[in-house]
Amino acid sequence: MSLFAEAAQFLTDPAHWTGATGIPQRLLEHVGYSVLTMAIALVIAVPLGLWVGHTGRGGGVVVGLAGALRSLPTLGLLTLFTLLMGLGLMPPILALVLLAIPPILSGTYSGIAAVSPALVDAARAMGMTESQTLFRVEIPVALPVILGGIRNAALQVLATVTIVAYINLGGLGRYLIDGLAVRDYSRMLAAVVLVAVLALAADAVLALAQRLVTSPGLRSTGDRP
Amino acid sequence: MTPQSSSPRTRWRPAAFAAVASTALFALTACGGGSDPLADKNDDASGGSSDTVTVGSADFPESQIVAELYAGVLRDAGVKVETKPGIGAREAYVGAVKDGSVDVVPDYSGNLLLFADKKAEAASSGEIMKALPDALKSQDLSVLDASKAEDKDALVVTQATADKYGLKTVADLSSSCGELVMAGPPEFQERSYGTSGLKQKYDCSFKSFQPINDGGGPLTVQALTKGDAQVADIFTTTPAIQDEKLVVLEDPKNNFIAQQVLPLTAPDRLPKEAVDALNQFSPKLTTQDLIDLNRKVSGDEQQNPADAAKQWLADHGYDKAS
Repeated sequence: MSLFAEAAQFLTDPAHWTGATGIPQRLLEHVGYSVLTMAIALVIAVPLGLWVGHTGRGGGVVVGLAGALRSLPTLGLLTLFTLLMGLGLMPPILALVLLAIPPILSGTYSGIAAVSPALVDAARAMGMTESQTLFRVEIPVALPVILGGIRNAALQVLATVTIVAYINLGGLGRYLIDGLAVRDYSRMLAAVVLVAVLALAADAVLALAQRLVTSPGLRSTGDRP
Repeated sequence: MTPQSSSPRTRWRPAAFAAVASTALFALTACGGGSDPLADKNDDASGGSSDTVTVGSADFPESQIVAELYAGVLRDAGVKVETKPGIGAREAYVGAVKDGSVDVVPDYSGNLLLFADKKAEAASSGEIMKALPDALKSQDLSVLDASKAEDKDALVVTQATADKYGLKTVADLSSSCGELVMAGPPEFQERSYGTSGLKQKYDCSFKSFQPINDGGGPLTVQALTKGDAQVADIFTTTPAIQDEKLVVLEDPKNNFIAQQVLPLTAPDRLPKEAVDALNQFSPKLTTQDLIDLNRKVSGDEQQNPADAAKQWLADHGYDKAS
């Protein structure tokens, strides 16, 4: 039997769709870790990006920081944090947060920084306060770029959450890592397919959200350059 | 293998040099030259000549250390040696021994037996050494004498846990298994020696199993020392067993089959003095030696395997080893 047929059999076996090690449970864990990671990363990276983009202060630092974070190997961080903090949920989640921050941070920062200065000056001339300028002018205009960064981060996180199975956590990575440990390649392929489908589905949802929140004015100018 | 096959080498070489007309062709023949001497070397060896012996190793530090020990021992015996470290997994280095690109490589008795005969049921060191030659013969491979040094899976607990539950062997666990959490590599849940083996042989089912994918490395050790798990599957040559004063539980029912370190080679491949030298060396190597050597290479010192091996050889009277 070919590897693909075996993987398909793994995916269609009803026994794999129930219980604590079944696909629904693993899928739920996978999404749970991803959502937690994204939530923490958003709380850190979005305000920071907004502040830097709005004030224009520390842009070089942010670009450098984001670049440096991108180069950190997540599996190495996971091992390091687990050695420092012991087994548990938070060490791998922190490693993943560091993975998610750079795209969100640079998306937010560059989105805000790219808003036309004329627009910002006009807002100020109309008597808007700094926060009004940020929330009513800059963010709406920058939103597609900001969401692009978030989409990018979400995809990376969904794919990389598999590594939390390196230690005693669940998620779809369990099939990947346990499968590799016993050279069960069909199980690994099944896991890869599941992760890919999940990532595509999540990306479709985020793309839709990106479309919905983009202001109509922006959309028409964006479509016809 | 065939009697006339040492002649192609002598015929082939002049042909190769004659062909050095174009660089492209030269590159081609150079490639051929790389594999050809290796292919006919085993014929030389079977003829009893003492050509260069190539010592290979798998792609992990311990195998490289033992390979360097073999190389030193052979040099000490006056055999010309080349090393080929880090060949890969068992499939790769067994293949290299078969095709003659490597003459001898360190291996582990139990896993080698299971590799040669998937249905083998031998478990104790004696049974395995008895079964190995026959299992390997069909693949045209052979082994030399095994050392006492063993690197195998073992259930390990902290001294405190051992005292608390009165543990010396895995059998002592049976009454307390249900209260204990075990950590180990993910495959432990699925291999016959793993969760099911412990249940069958020792009637032991742990409260839970925490998979940690670092092969009994620092994360697994830390799970034990921090109390996230009370029992862990750790290899017997891990320096942390000593450094953290861990207790290796004896395994009277051979749930974990013996894994003695021994040289894997092919029949009649090695010259006699090489075989004798390796057979004299193996009894001297102990599990403790492997722990110490592993610590030098994988621990803070970060010595390279060759230097660590050199030191051991010098300490054990192999003064012509380098």
